[in-house]
Amino acid sequence: MQAIEAHGLTKSFGAIRALDNFDLTVPEGTICALLGPNGAGKTTAIRILATLTRPDAGTASVAGHDISRQAALVRGCIGLAGQHAAVDDDLTGLENLAILGLMHHLGRRGAWRRADELLAEHGLADAADRLVRTWSGGMRRRLDLVASLVVRPAVLFLDEPTTGVDPRSRAAIWSSVRALAATGTTVLLTTQYLDEADRLADDVVIIEAGRTVASGSPEELKDTIGTRVVVAVEDAADLSAAASVASRWAIRPPAIETEQLLLTVRIATGSVTLPELVRYLEAAGVRAQDVSFRRPTLDEVFLDRTGDSARNEAEKEAVA
Amino acid sequence: MIVTRIWWPVSDGLSAAERVLTKLRHDQTALALTVGAPVVMVLVFGYVFGSAIAVPGRENYRAFLVPGLFVMTAANITPSMVGMARDAYRGVVDRFRSLPISRVAVPFGQAAATAVYGAVSLVLMALCGVAVGWRINNGAGDALAAVGLLVAFQVAMTWVGMYLGLVLGREETAAQASILLFPVTGLSNVFVPTSGMPAWLRTIADWNPVSAAAAATRQLFGNPTTPANGAWPLEHPVIAALGWTALLLVVFVPLCTARYARGRAG
Repeated sequence: MQAIEAHGLTKSFGAIRALDNFDLTVPEGTICALLGPNGAGKTTAIRILATLTRPDAGTASVAGHDISRQAALVRGCIGLAGQHAAVDDDLTGLENLAILGLMHHLGRRGAWRRADELLAEHGLADAADRLVRTWSGGMRRRLDLVASLVVRPAVLFLDEPTTGVDPRSRAAIWSSVRALAATGTTVLLTTQYLDEADRLADDVVIIEAGRTVASGSPEELKDTIGTRVVVAVEDAADLSAAASVASRWAIRPPAIETEQLLLTVRIATGSVTLPELVRYLEAAGVRAQDVSFRRPTLDEVFLDRTGDSARNEAEKEAVA
Repeated sequence: MIVTRIWWPVSDGLSAAERVLTKLRHDQTALALTVGAPVVMVLVFGYVFGSAIAVPGRENYRAFLVPGLFVMTAANITPSMVGMARDAYRGVVDRFRSLPISRVAVPFGQAAATAVYGAVSLVLMALCGVAVGWRINNGAGDALAAVGLLVAFQVAMTWVGMYLGLVLGREETAAQASILLFPVTGLSNVFVPTSGMPAWLRTIADWNPVSAAAAATRQLFGNPTTPANGAWPLEHPVIAALGWTALLLVVFVPLCTARYARGRAG
């Protein structure tokens, strides 16, 4: 079953179209990362799915409940942690969680017990009785995450959970998220950090200007732009021969930099090995000085895809 | 089970009230300001203005001023406005809105909490008032009615504050806006009778809900009152004060709860 299913979500704020016919499917128990530049619509998507904002058009279900018609049921199965630490500075860590426990109808004793339990589980027990005002920024964000887990949610929404967080707290947040997913909670998170998406997510959805521009597992996404091969030659005359050899596996036209004596080409990942390529180049009479293979990073995928979309947009505007 | 569920919105509201009161308990400065400021006002205004202002036909200015300060404190929307703006900006409102609870429970709970600490600061002010010469001159029934009126007025003003806090949406903006509060409450009969004001200003001051509430409080406690200038609210201060309170509630409770439930636009 799908934990999140969204079709054609559209939302405008004045003249700005924050989401434009946005689709999303997240299978139960997986971690999905929404990746995109600022203003891409990530937060709007989260807010709509968490029933905080109504879409102008489109439908979505979360944990099997329709977000418009069964909003109360949706709220019963979700947790939300936003971009700010939405915790009270003038309460202790324990009190923050206990108040939420009361609102979840755990009863007075249940709420305090759950608060204790959560702080211990997430390594915050030492600070439990201190006012949150005295906590570090990273710890507050961790408390904010924990605050969305007072009742174990079926679906957890995290809007930029580690933006502006120190590396140590970031690692702690990652391990909490992984532990949750391992026990069946579905996580939808937004992030601007590609390594976060790469290390944490089963699936990545790259969104720009309110639309999905690419999606898949991090590996699948990397495969779509292929392995980057750079061949350095001694003589500019060899460049075209090298290009014709490499183009057998190329998924994009090779780029030749005559000045630097470099050939750069993207090949389908795994289609040829480095020693094989070197032999083919030799056979074609290319005197290669250096040949390097580099697996793409998610950064490259991101720049490649969001760049495409920006170009398409520009072309569309030129036509119009 | 059904009984439990019916109880839920009330218990959610109580949890929200508990949150506000617990925060105040930890924040000694805010507590001191919320409860202590009215006391300081009684002393400072009582003696600063009291030494220069004579209420026509009355001896004791402070007996006139103290009930006005009760109303001014009740009309102080700053804590609810700034608190709600902070919650809205920092995502606390969103967190509560994402919970499976009635979306109106939280503002109702916060209004209840305001009533509680409002009542506490009222008691302190009254004690201070007694020390500077203010007295309850009517029966216990009237006095209780005055207290009830003040608490009701404060709750109504809290809803105004929460709504403005949601609209302003930023703590800093709300704090700046609260500076306007003093002129708005001061443009009334709290400090001086309105009779000496220019006619146009007097009309505004006479119809200010704060004036009606102050006149009603003075009447119920049996303190010196001000000339009514033929203005209806001051001729019938208790009815007018109740009317204003009801009107504020009727307007701002739905506005505030709708805004709270709908969330911010962006």
